[in-house]
Amino acid sequence: MSAANPSPSPLLLRGGRLIDPASGHDGPADLLLRDGLVAEVGAGLQAGDAEPVDCDGLVVSPGFVDLHVHLREPGREDAETIETGSRAAALGGYTAICPMPNTDPVADNAGVVEMVAARGREVGLVDVFPVGAVTLGQRGEELAELGAMAHSAARVDCFSDDGHPIREARLLRLALDYAQAFDAVIADHAEDASLTDGAQMHEGEVSAILGLQGWPAAAEEMVVARDLLLAELTGGRLHLCHLSTAGSVTLVRAAKARGVQVTAEAAPHHFSLTDEAARSFDPVYKVNPPLRSKADVEAIREGLADGTIDAIATDHAPHAREDKEVEWASAPPGMLGLETALALTVTELVEPGWLRLDQAVERLAAGPARCRRLPGHGGPVVAGAPANLTVFDPAAAWTVEGPKLASRARNTPYHGRQVRGRVVHTLLRGDFTVRGGKAVR
Amino acid sequence: MKEHLLSAADLDAGDITRILDTAAHLAKVTDRAIKKVPTLRGRTVCNLFFEDSTRTRISFELAAKRLSADVINFTAKGSSVSKGESLKDTAITLQAMGVDAIVIRHGASGAPWRLAEWVDAVVVNAGDGTHEHPTQALLDLYTMRQHFPTFAGLRVAIVGDVLHSRVARSNVLALHTMGAEVTLVAPPTLLPARVETWGAAVSYDLDAALPKQDVVMMLRMQLERQRAGFFPSLREYARLYGLDARRLEAMPEHAIVMHPGPMNRGVEIAAEVADSIERSVIADQVANGISVRMALLYLLLGGPAVREARALPAAVAEGSAL
Repeated sequence: MSAANPSPSPLLLRGGRLIDPASGHDGPADLLLRDGLVAEVGAGLQAGDAEPVDCDGLVVSPGFVDLHVHLREPGREDAETIETGSRAAALGGYTAICPMPNTDPVADNAGVVEMVAARGREVGLVDVFPVGAVTLGQRGEELAELGAMAHSAARVDCFSDDGHPIREARLLRLALDYAQAFDAVIADHAEDASLTDGAQMHEGEVSAILGLQGWPAAAEEMVVARDLLLAELTGGRLHLCHLSTAGSVTLVRAAKARGVQVTAEAAPHHFSLTDEAARSFDPVYKVNPPLRSKADVEAIREGLADGTIDAIATDHAPHAREDKEVEWASAPPGMLGLETALALTVTELVEPGWLRLDQAVERLAAGPARCRRLPGHGGPVVAGAPANLTVFDPAAAWTVEGPKLASRARNTPYHGRQVRGRVVHTLLRGDFTVRGGKAVR
Repeated sequence: MKEHLLSAADLDAGDITRILDTAAHLAKVTDRAIKKVPTLRGRTVCNLFFEDSTRTRISFELAAKRLSADVINFTAKGSSVSKGESLKDTAITLQAMGVDAIVIRHGASGAPWRLAEWVDAVVVNAGDGTHEHPTQALLDLYTMRQHFPTFAGLRVAIVGDVLHSRVARSNVLALHTMGAEVTLVAPPTLLPARVETWGAAVSYDLDAALPKQDVVMMLRMQLERQRAGFFPSLREYARLYGLDARRLEAMPEHAIVMHPGPMNRGVEIAAEVADSIERSVIADQVANGISVRMALLYLLLGGPAVREARALPAAVAEGSAL
């Protein structure tokens, strides 16, 4: 039973700037929404029976798509639930999110992915596309039943052992091969565990002075290189999670140039924060892969600008307060991201001139939807398409306040930070999930 | 000085000089028949030790007691208080009990920084993980100053497991603040990434480095480093980086040998070197540790009047506060 309104009343989004990378449109346009669909796109549309929504000065875009979130349900509902995570997503402008399988129990079977998908539908604030585990228990030993998950009601089309790298090259090869039977993507977390056992932060000048064990960039890059070679060998669909180093960007750029079927994502914290943040010893800055050097941050920005990196994905990782209020080495990695992604994209990428606003929308919406081939998301925003839309004010200045976030957890590294770019409305199939910056439920 | 002592980097040259000068005055207390002054009467110092370190704890305990502070020892190792969650609970407990200073030793780098966020008490870092051990650096500098007139241009070699050494990190910071020239000597596997940014010279060759040094500080080699593969065997380590009698001969005649203890005799330091009456100042380091820690507690806890930088040396010299 969906909480969403089955037949939302018609709306006219009037006077906004429509940025729709999938159709190449960037300019003023009114949008008439009816029966959950875009009914008409054009200039000077008449409202008729539709409720007019003033979008003057605002950007209307396809709803954002997050390829990488952790909703913690089932297992750690004290940190986040599908409901609270969905609300955070809607407030962040998202209409689709892909929760990772590292729950308890692990989403390595049809039962768990169906539960997550069903609960997502029930909450109804955002489309939830669960990611299944590649291997049983994410242990990296034997393949999970990818077919059962693909053919389940959840229709899983992406598998990942996120958080755990797939150590055995042979196993990844088999996964990349086998997943082709279901046209599914394998999303890998690139980390050579033999180089990162006990690692606490990026290996470099800061880790050396802080006496925290380093996570060298090479540990990511060697696995990225391996994965790219295996994608080439198998012809399978490879997606690389949360690239964080300059070397990774270089490797993916070269692979794309030679035609390897690969997509990649980067997280806002990897283009907005550096390892310098660890000097506070506050584990709110602990994340995996870790915050890197300034040169890496710039390379991620360049990779997003030239399309080497297809998608901005938050790696939204809520953690209960008691889990983060500890010494650095005892804290789990991860930080919140859903409600701050747009603002960081605008503040850190668009305003300094790394990306144009239309490119930013592409990386937040069309790009990620393309990586997963998600139906009905990422545009094009044309007559007949589902009305999954985000309306945002790229100039609105606001201050991030951890306690005010909708997420159940509070582990945002941006608390107190001044940013620009704020979601005003989010619409899922023509129905407001966020209106005037507030979640509808 | 800041209100806590977390890192040797918190101290400028004036702070370090003031601490060492104060320690020199307070050392006289130790020479008295009654080794106690009433300076910190009514103040409470908690030694919060999450790692075993009897010598450091006793040194802090004696320092506090000689200043007449009340001392409580909270040894968390082995109790349920060894997980991170409880550091905050412990902090809240100590806060509620109204302790004035917490001396913390912890296995996790940065733990004193977390503690300082949760308590109003003065926090003194007595060693955090593989990060820092600032009071060790201060007592090392105090010991060097007993032998050399100035730190400017003083040549100090720090030899051994720099990668995992909190003693090395704090010493490099404090020695550079005071104008000394530090050379780090270690196998490449036991030097941290980007060590060149520390401003110290780096050498893999102990024999080449020794003749140029005024001070040779040997670091403790923890036996598990060999098991983790940082070097092939203790025998090879001792052969390449151990300070034995032959190498002692290669040092300038005026050069001294230091070690933060506890020593692995026969690994990083040969027994005849450790026990050398002419060259080894290792026992002095232990004695000086008490004076330096007295000075620190005095400066941090002595109240706003004595914490005033200018007032201090005079007050101590006149013995008014003592």
